[in-house]
Amino acid sequence: MRPPLAYRSHRVALAFGLVLLCSGCGALTSPDLDPSGPITLAERQLLFDAVSIMMIVVIPVFIMAALFTWYYRGTNRDARYTPNLAYYWPVEILVWGVPAAIIVWLGFHLWGGAHKLDPYKAIDKSVEPLQIEAVAQDWKWLFIYPDQRIAVVNELVFPSNTPLAIRITSDTVMNSFMIPALGGQIYAMAGMQTRLHLLSDKPGRFVGRNMQYSGRGFADQQFDAIATSKEEFDAWVAKAKASGSALDKDTYGELAKPSTKVPVTYYSDVEPNLFDSIIAKWREGDVTDPAPAVTPE
Amino acid sequence: MDIFGRLTIESLPFYSLIAASGAGVTVLGALSVAAVITYFGAWRLVLFDWVSSLDHKKIGIMYVMVALVMLVRGFIDAAMMRSQQAIAFDSDGYLPPGHFDQIFSSHGTIMIFFMAMPFLAGLINLIMPQQIGARDVAFPFMNSISLWLTTAGAGLVLVSLVIGKFSTAGWTGYPPFSGTEYNPGVGVDYWLWAVLISGVGSTMSGINFLVTIIKCRAPGMYLLRMPLFTWTIFVTSILMIFAFPALTVACGMLALDRTIGMHFFTNAMGGNMMNYINLFWLWGHPEVYILILPAFGVFSELVATFSQKRLFGYISLVLATMAIGLLSFTVWLHHFFTMGSSANVNSFFGVMTTIISVPTGVKVFDWLLTMYRGRIIFKPPMLFTIAFLVTFVIGGISGVLLAVPPVDYLMHNSTFLIAHFHNMIIPGVLFGYLAGYMFWFPKAFGFKLDEKWGTRSFWCWTIGFYVAFMPLYVLGLMGMPRRMEHYDIAAWQPHLIIAAIGAFIILLGMICLGVQLVVSIRDRKQLLDLTGDPWNGRSLEWATSSPAAPYNFAILPQVQSIDAWWDMKQRGVAYQRPDRYVPLTLPKNSLIGAFIGGASFVFGFAMVWYIWWLAILCLAAIAIALIIRASDDDPDYVMPASTVQAIEDARFDQLAKAPRNEMEDEPGFAGQPVPEAST
Repeated sequence: MRPPLAYRSHRVALAFGLVLLCSGCGALTSPDLDPSGPITLAERQLLFDAVSIMMIVVIPVFIMAALFTWYYRGTNRDARYTPNLAYYWPVEILVWGVPAAIIVWLGFHLWGGAHKLDPYKAIDKSVEPLQIEAVAQDWKWLFIYPDQRIAVVNELVFPSNTPLAIRITSDTVMNSFMIPALGGQIYAMAGMQTRLHLLSDKPGRFVGRNMQYSGRGFADQQFDAIATSKEEFDAWVAKAKASGSALDKDTYGELAKPSTKVPVTYYSDVEPNLFDSIIAKWREGDVTDPAPAVTPE
Repeated sequence: MDIFGRLTIESLPFYSLIAASGAGVTVLGALSVAAVITYFGAWRLVLFDWVSSLDHKKIGIMYVMVALVMLVRGFIDAAMMRSQQAIAFDSDGYLPPGHFDQIFSSHGTIMIFFMAMPFLAGLINLIMPQQIGARDVAFPFMNSISLWLTTAGAGLVLVSLVIGKFSTAGWTGYPPFSGTEYNPGVGVDYWLWAVLISGVGSTMSGINFLVTIIKCRAPGMYLLRMPLFTWTIFVTSILMIFAFPALTVACGMLALDRTIGMHFFTNAMGGNMMNYINLFWLWGHPEVYILILPAFGVFSELVATFSQKRLFGYISLVLATMAIGLLSFTVWLHHFFTMGSSANVNSFFGVMTTIISVPTGVKVFDWLLTMYRGRIIFKPPMLFTIAFLVTFVIGGISGVLLAVPPVDYLMHNSTFLIAHFHNMIIPGVLFGYLAGYMFWFPKAFGFKLDEKWGTRSFWCWTIGFYVAFMPLYVLGLMGMPRRMEHYDIAAWQPHLIIAAIGAFIILLGMICLGVQLVVSIRDRKQLLDLTGDPWNGRSLEWATSSPAAPYNFAILPQVQSIDAWWDMKQRGVAYQRPDRYVPLTLPKNSLIGAFIGGASFVFGFAMVWYIWWLAILCLAAIAIALIIRASDDDPDYVMPASTVQAIEDARFDQLAKAPRNEMEDEPGFAGQPVPEAST
């Protein structure tokens, strides 16, 4: 009988550790862990807090698993053996109590975090946000700037340090809108609107995309999200204004047809209430705002 | 109207080499099985001893065979996805989107519905009745129908490789993408009917198991003396009965949308896809506990047996199981925190989700405390248990993270989620089932599985799991969505290559499993389990012979304690020859269950291809078969006492030849259960 492999597990454990370590380094510069806006930052903080508090339970599990596996191996005749030990009430209190206490702590943070980071909630009531309307199409994103009366496909430009108030819908299957560096995602569904509030606190170029699988062109359904200075933003609006073509019902109908890898396209003018009419199309014209934005107290 | 509905010669997969070779492998596989049966002249045996069998042990074995075949198929899908993603940076790889999408859809569908569910039903069928001292399940004929309905669903998924295409809508089939407007082909219909037909089978299984546990326990087997495995099945059965109808309703409504143009979940005409998503996860979340609770049960049995010690905190483990069962119905909304619910709703479901980690944590600690002051023997099933304990906790952390709505907003739909649920389902569910397979194999076939290859398989699975899925956690943090056919972010590729290497290591683990089976069959003479108790076991399934007689127990055991069999050995009343035997009533074999399964398969196929006359014919055939069965006033036969005596005498002769405890040669063996001096 050769000794079971479990006795030689330290080398394997080392290999696991290395893989984990290499992976971890890559994650440090990822958009989720190296955020460019306060929303992702706060969401990340919640993640770190939750991981830390859970270590109270997790580390003992690792230590106990390693220690008991090694020390109480059958061949170790020095270890104490109590085959009928099946209940000891202080231990029962501990194994129920400690996880429960952690969950109580986490529950309060979860409740607070979910309310503070409600995607429907405006970020800063004192600042007028930039209004944006996002429409998911097969397989591209249309962004309408109602106040600037411009529209653009597959590019989202906005001034940094200005909150974005985004209304989102879909003119096709379910999509999910996300810019990982700035904040979490929310679904886009036809005949309905969802809301998302984002803020970039420094200029930068980020990846945004649809996260919800939506068919053949899904892999390419991404866009550049560009945070600029106020002046650059104004210049960009002027550039879009000068592009010449307007987005009316007919142009929109053409655009909404399935297409992939659509280049950035600007529209100098947008039909009023286009966004609402896209929603209304799926609701027999019956449009009420089903999702009013939550304003901070 | 065309007599073959939508079915034309173009439905055969000659449009692509990869699709055609997949079809070829499927057809060749089926033909070679038929050839092997013919070569051994075993058709009569297969049909009248196995296919028609109502013996819960044979049904269990057939379930596990279905599961292992589908595990191979599901793994091939996984390997194709991993290799595609490893090379698809700034290139299209070797799979076009339409094909890649079918592969991730069939991978999920197969692994959940046609690998995990049959594996679970197989282990339960094989062991649970013996564990509670019963002679069969409560409804043996319904058990046969369940098996063949599940097999019919699996058959539909396999046939979709050869005739037509499979769904591209993922294993969850979210509308409106899965509606006819966006998905007009037969793929989603294959998925729907496979899931619907097997789902009916699973509901019946749940009823069967629950009634068996409630009504068929041996004298003295009070609820709080039941082994933990039986307890987890008790809760799982309740979940199956309550959850599966939600899936049947959701898929039935989607089928109505697709087949006759209704508007439950469409974009327009008042349909609402959010209703589907609610119904689906109302089944879907309990489903993950349906899968994992029995695995928890397996681990509970293993950790006590191989630590040679009583299970620590039995009452706590039972309560935790019940709590998980109850809570599993209160958390489904965490699958769609990002659908725009209010902060109050999201917070409620988030908190409920984190609460589930309390009973789960209790279980982990109780298993560890069972090892404390034990004498641990490292057989492959125990190795799987230890790997589970450590790895599952990592999955638990990521699960609690995803339960925090703002964190979920970042991680939802990303590979972090993929890593999380594979972290629960591979070390949790699959390791549990594989450990159970190696643990109970001798009970099914009378010989043990080779330990060397089992240990090799364990290392490949464990290491492969870490290498394949830890990079996916990182990729999720880097914002990589699931289901990407190609990508243009260079930083992702190294992680995807590592993940592909991990998938290759898991492949080695699968090969080791196959080799283990072959080697064990070859060496079965040396691996024989003569006593029926190869591991010095604790619960009643080890009181029967290996393999167990058709009636399991000639005389029903009298249970006096938790760990009934251990207790009997300790009291010196194990292996006692009764004064006389009595005639036993057992169910006759019946081919009607298999016929109903076959008819359901053809019915599903007809519904997929809109061959209405055939569908109606199949429904009529099923109804007639059920009427014939229901009119049979004599479905049982009586085994005379002399036959029982002959079987039992042979068993006691065998026992006389093998008087030793089969674990005695283990260096870590702590000794036989001996009568205690004083209690």
